[in-house]
Amino acid sequence: MPNQHRVGTGEGFAWLTWASITIALLLALPVMVIVGNLFTDSDGVWSHLWNTVLTDYVNNSLLLMVGVAIGVLCIGVPVAWLTSVCRFPGSTWLSWALLLPLAMPAYIIAYTYTGLLDFAGPVQSVIRAITGLGYGEYWFFEVRSLGGAIIMLSLVLYPYVYLMSRAAFLEQSANTLEVSRTLGYSHLSAFFRLALPLARPAIIAGLTLAMMEVLADYGTVQYFGVATFTTGIMRTFYGFGDLAAASQLAGILLLFVCVLIFTERYSRRKLRYHSSGLRKASQRELVLSGWRGIAALLFCILPVLFGFILPAGVLGYWSLFEAEPLTWDFLWLAWNSFYLALLAALIVVSLAIVLCYALRLRPSRSVEGAVACAGVGYALPGTIIAIGVIVPLAWLDHGLIALVKDITNEKIGLLFSGTIVALLFAYAVRFMAVSLGAVQSGLGKIKPSMDMAGRSLGLTPIQVLKRVHFPLLKGSLLTALLIVFVDVLKELPATLILRPFNFNTLAVRAFELASDERLVDAAPASIMIVLVGLIPVVLLNRSISKTH
Amino acid sequence: MSSFTSSKALQELNIRQLSVGYHGQAVVHEVSFDLTAGQIGCLLGPSGCGKSTLLRAIAGFESVLSGAILLNGEQISSVDYLLPPEQRQIGMVFQDIALFPHLTIAENIAFGLKDKDKSAQLARVNELLELIGLPGFGARYPHSLSGGQQQRVALARAMAPKPKLLLMDEPFSGLDAKLREELVPDIRNILKHEGMSAILVTHDQMEAFAMADMIAVMASGEIHQFGTPYQIYHRPESRFTAKFVGQGDFLNAVVCDHHCLESDLGRIRGVLNDELAIGTEVDLLVRPDDVIHDDNSEFKGLVMSKWFRGSHFLYRVKLASGLVVYCFASSHHNHTIGQEIGINIELDHLVVFTK
Repeated sequence: MPNQHRVGTGEGFAWLTWASITIALLLALPVMVIVGNLFTDSDGVWSHLWNTVLTDYVNNSLLLMVGVAIGVLCIGVPVAWLTSVCRFPGSTWLSWALLLPLAMPAYIIAYTYTGLLDFAGPVQSVIRAITGLGYGEYWFFEVRSLGGAIIMLSLVLYPYVYLMSRAAFLEQSANTLEVSRTLGYSHLSAFFRLALPLARPAIIAGLTLAMMEVLADYGTVQYFGVATFTTGIMRTFYGFGDLAAASQLAGILLLFVCVLIFTERYSRRKLRYHSSGLRKASQRELVLSGWRGIAALLFCILPVLFGFILPAGVLGYWSLFEAEPLTWDFLWLAWNSFYLALLAALIVVSLAIVLCYALRLRPSRSVEGAVACAGVGYALPGTIIAIGVIVPLAWLDHGLIALVKDITNEKIGLLFSGTIVALLFAYAVRFMAVSLGAVQSGLGKIKPSMDMAGRSLGLTPIQVLKRVHFPLLKGSLLTALLIVFVDVLKELPATLILRPFNFNTLAVRAFELASDERLVDAAPASIMIVLVGLIPVVLLNRSISKTH
Repeated sequence: MSSFTSSKALQELNIRQLSVGYHGQAVVHEVSFDLTAGQIGCLLGPSGCGKSTLLRAIAGFESVLSGAILLNGEQISSVDYLLPPEQRQIGMVFQDIALFPHLTIAENIAFGLKDKDKSAQLARVNELLELIGLPGFGARYPHSLSGGQQQRVALARAMAPKPKLLLMDEPFSGLDAKLREELVPDIRNILKHEGMSAILVTHDQMEAFAMADMIAVMASGEIHQFGTPYQIYHRPESRFTAKFVGQGDFLNAVVCDHHCLESDLGRIRGVLNDELAIGTEVDLLVRPDDVIHDDNSEFKGLVMSKWFRGSHFLYRVKLASGLVVYCFASSHHNHTIGQEIGINIELDHLVVFTK
């Protein structure tokens, strides 16, 4: 039988197919568990949930989504248009500064503003000192409320809308807009009649991303006492120890997310048709001078000020001057976070490399399916993934304990669900898509003909990997590692659920201290998370300025 | 015309009844041809005819279903043996150029010279940079070069280790027409200067004519004809070759004797290469330059369309029988569409295919 494979590419890499399918099945397992649970109604959990808390959760989650949607649209779209089409004082640096709030996790901004605005905070103290009024004698905005949560989330999530719609505005060819001017439209009416409708799919895509973050948020709503799905899942899991009910709730939340994923995919597909394909040579900028320029500057600076500069400044001040001095405990905490995030990043990126090479060297339907499957966790809230991870691992652990006891009569502990294995598993599910994207785009730049060129110049396949692939992939791999690292460092709900007993990370510690009303002491951990969170924002900025 | 006959025992390529394909499905069917040392061969054919697959098989990137490939008498591909690409000493130039973007031009060219010492590498790199007309470009990176310059560097990279054979897979198709016209003779000169055997894959006959000593016309996985550009154009051996290479039409004709055909344009005298029985109905190939405009001719045709080519007119003329042929006329003979003009056939070698 002659050998019939294509020697230049996939020779001897059959194992990649099986490896990729195994990885994909493992990563899809938590979602399958949750979906499976949705269809098995045990002990009337469903009807009990329906009769008691479910309507509250649905109502609050929906209100929160609607509120944040309005918030991010009102901030994101105008600033995107201003910074992409107009030129005014500061418009250049604002176009990247507007991304800064991405570095600010919602739960951190939430308790920073609470510290500023609650009764004992500096703002109300100043008001009392000036007016001489006492407690209850004046009205002040209660930040710890549904309204407060909407504002907090809007302040940190508008960059998604900003990013997507700005790209769309920049892509709109200057011609289209100039045609509308020659047909008698003013700048403003051209914006409403043309620019906005053209950018709609992009805006919706950005909006759905923000909505996914709203559904995934746990820290803010928990801290503000707003009962949503995520807090409900935590309460049923921790408060009542009811894993079945928790996974039922997670299932319903999953349905919400599915609607969003579908919307996002759909609008991204339409995005292709809406882009003119014409790269504008030089977009004629609309120069705003005088009071118009000042107004634009003020409007664009507000979200940066309140979404990043003010809270980061307050955190910095608290950390430097008011918090307890740094202790070994804190360093220990930072080390925990650091090695956990690094370990997770290494694992996730290694798995992504295996998947991407399987797709390159052994392309087939099943490998394509496997890669799509492996990325399924990208949109899922940490709570869903955590529940989906803990169910099968707990089952496995209990089976193992019983088995070992049967055989050796020894008692063993929880090998998977009680250790960082569970955490790493959850992170792999949640962040695989990010790293897949980075590795795939890097590998895509290495054309198959480069492999062949290397071989025909006397290199063995391994040497091609070393001398051609590795140098070209280095940057993408580093980016993937960094992004996963930072995401893991910021992740709160899954870490809360899955961390081993007495194992703390910066995010968990910050949240715990804040929940105990020790806002100032939570600042050092928080500011570290924010600073590390700036890294991907800088990377994002670099890649944007490269493309434009 | 192939006039390159070297007495030196350079490298020779033999393709013997070679079939190549995927999953047992042959894309190239039992093709055979030989290329002598220093010759530039060309695989010419429409897209999807298997020419790139054949090239990749020669390079060692495709395994073989049957037959064999021999380089300098040594078997490098057969059904049960495949010399890995990196051991074949066969260089390759790609359609998408495929320079390594992380390496400088000099490093790219030196990529296949890793066994040589530094000074030998440097000398070879400089020699090649000179040859491709880019001296002093060594420290630059590929992205700072134009497409044509990049393709020349790709050629230098492939030639640097002095391969036994150089393969070029549609190397000019990514470049614009003007650049291609400049680059093709340049590259032929470079190859001839180095005395390097090469095979070019292309679907463009002008490229093949300008570059190759020998052309293999391929269609649906088979070689229809292997010959010099002159033979391919003037002595096509199959209808496919006749139609694919150059413009032309088929004229109905009947054999009257071994030197004569009776056709719509009268009695045509010439050499008939096949021994055809008198009275056989055949198709006669006429190229545009075989049909000449002549006001005094008794044969008339209706001008259907015309192209002004500066030095001449090319007319599309409809004959009384309804057949349409191309016709050359000097550029002073400006006729309007719909006008009747006289035409004559001037053929010495008759290319006919039996019906």
